[in-house]
Amino acid sequence: MSNGSVLPDTASGSGQVHRQVVLPFFKALEISLKSIRVRFFRSLITTMSLVLAVSFLSFVNVSNDVANGMLATGDPDLRAALIRSGYDLEPGQNSVDSSAKQRWIVILSLLVCIVGIVNAQLMAVTERFREIGTMKCLGALDRFVLRLFFLEAGIQGFVGACAGALFGAIFSLSNAWLRFGTVAITSTSPAHLLISAAIATGVGVLLSLLGVFYPALVAARMQPVEAMRVEQ
Amino acid sequence: MQEKSNIVRVTNVTKTFKLGKIDVEALKGVNLEISKGNYISIMGPSGSGKSTLFNMIGGLDKPSSGKVYIDEVDIAQLDAYELAWLRCRKIGYIFQTFNIIQVMTALENVTLPMVFAGMNNDAAVDKGMQLLELVGLGDRYSHKPFELSGGQQQRVAIARALANDPAIILADEPTGNLDLTTGEECIALLKRLSQERGVTVISATHDFKMLNVSDQVVWIRDGRVDKIENREELSISIGQIGSRE
Repeated sequence: MSNGSVLPDTASGSGQVHRQVVLPFFKALEISLKSIRVRFFRSLITTMSLVLAVSFLSFVNVSNDVANGMLATGDPDLRAALIRSGYDLEPGQNSVDSSAKQRWIVILSLLVCIVGIVNAQLMAVTERFREIGTMKCLGALDRFVLRLFFLEAGIQGFVGACAGALFGAIFSLSNAWLRFGTVAITSTSPAHLLISAAIATGVGVLLSLLGVFYPALVAARMQPVEAMRVEQ
Repeated sequence: MQEKSNIVRVTNVTKTFKLGKIDVEALKGVNLEISKGNYISIMGPSGSGKSTLFNMIGGLDKPSSGKVYIDEVDIAQLDAYELAWLRCRKIGYIFQTFNIIQVMTALENVTLPMVFAGMNNDAAVDKGMQLLELVGLGDRYSHKPFELSGGQQQRVAIARALANDPAIILADEPTGNLDLTTGEECIALLKRLSQERGVTVISATHDFKMLNVSDQVVWIRDGRVDKIENREELSISIGQIGSRE
């Protein structure tokens, strides 16, 4: 059956049928927001794994920023405190970077998160088969459905990632404050903090969009006749 | 070539499904012509191919062989965009399970097809309100589906089906999930709309209440059209229908 990425130049041989069906972006946004609001609890659960993974990423990056800020002061006591708290600093090394092990754990947590998102979104698609089928009966194209799912995931991803980045940063900063005192906070560069938070947010949004890709495709390919199904 | 008044024309349609390794022939050569403005009921036991035929007429499924013309357009020739346009503008769907989109209010449900059709928001809202008033729900436009009874939801669905002034309304067991009285109300509403607006109503049904208002009843049996009865013949054999029930 011709569906999906059919190029709009196929001749139909009939003058009576037109092809223009539209879903303005603003309307799509409105529908997505409503959909999130009505299914708030489900959205929250979908987003939760993202919040956790992103806050972990943010925590690791901000902790490095703090350590770098402390090293940049050149104070040997702070350096000693850092080494005591577990940083492997070679003599003469004036910056820390995430270790291979750290990176590996972060990547793993992001992978687990993406699997969680795919799982939750696939369930959402199954749950919404009737809604999707009905929209298609009303004239929705595959890409309207795609757009709705991507918008929803984008919004969830953005909000979740912002929250995650914020939690991670706050947790990391308060951890540093408790361990090293106020100097740890004051010596940290705000620009680096912002960059770390922005990276974590960006990664979060990207993960959310990646995670919804396959479920959205499944939803978009759903046949309109599904709406007629009576059993659950 | 063909009569102008035929809104749906089905010629020699067969449909074969693959169930595992077995081919199941759901339709075995169906010919059917439906004239504009009529109220048609497609009756038949389950497994007769009734739903398959119904889905073909609605452009939801394509035949294995033969042709289905909707408004003299061969639906097998249409691509995804044209099919979507056809569903949006030419056909209004009514479902057994109502299928009101849960996250939207009654009015938003009714205006959605108009949004797809590219109508601007104010015009869509005006027309949506008119349609809701037409089905007697003018005061409940802001209600969510779960705040409406089954009969009210089905009336919202009828208003939604009428949104883009379709030529055909396809109703799949529209009274299947309704009690006797609300079912009768919905049937009366559909009949009135078909008469007032000249819309062709095609419904697949088990419901004998439908027969009273039908201009034509198509009986499907074993993948073929068993017989087509017109209204006049129906009223004569009404006792017989009663006894079939």
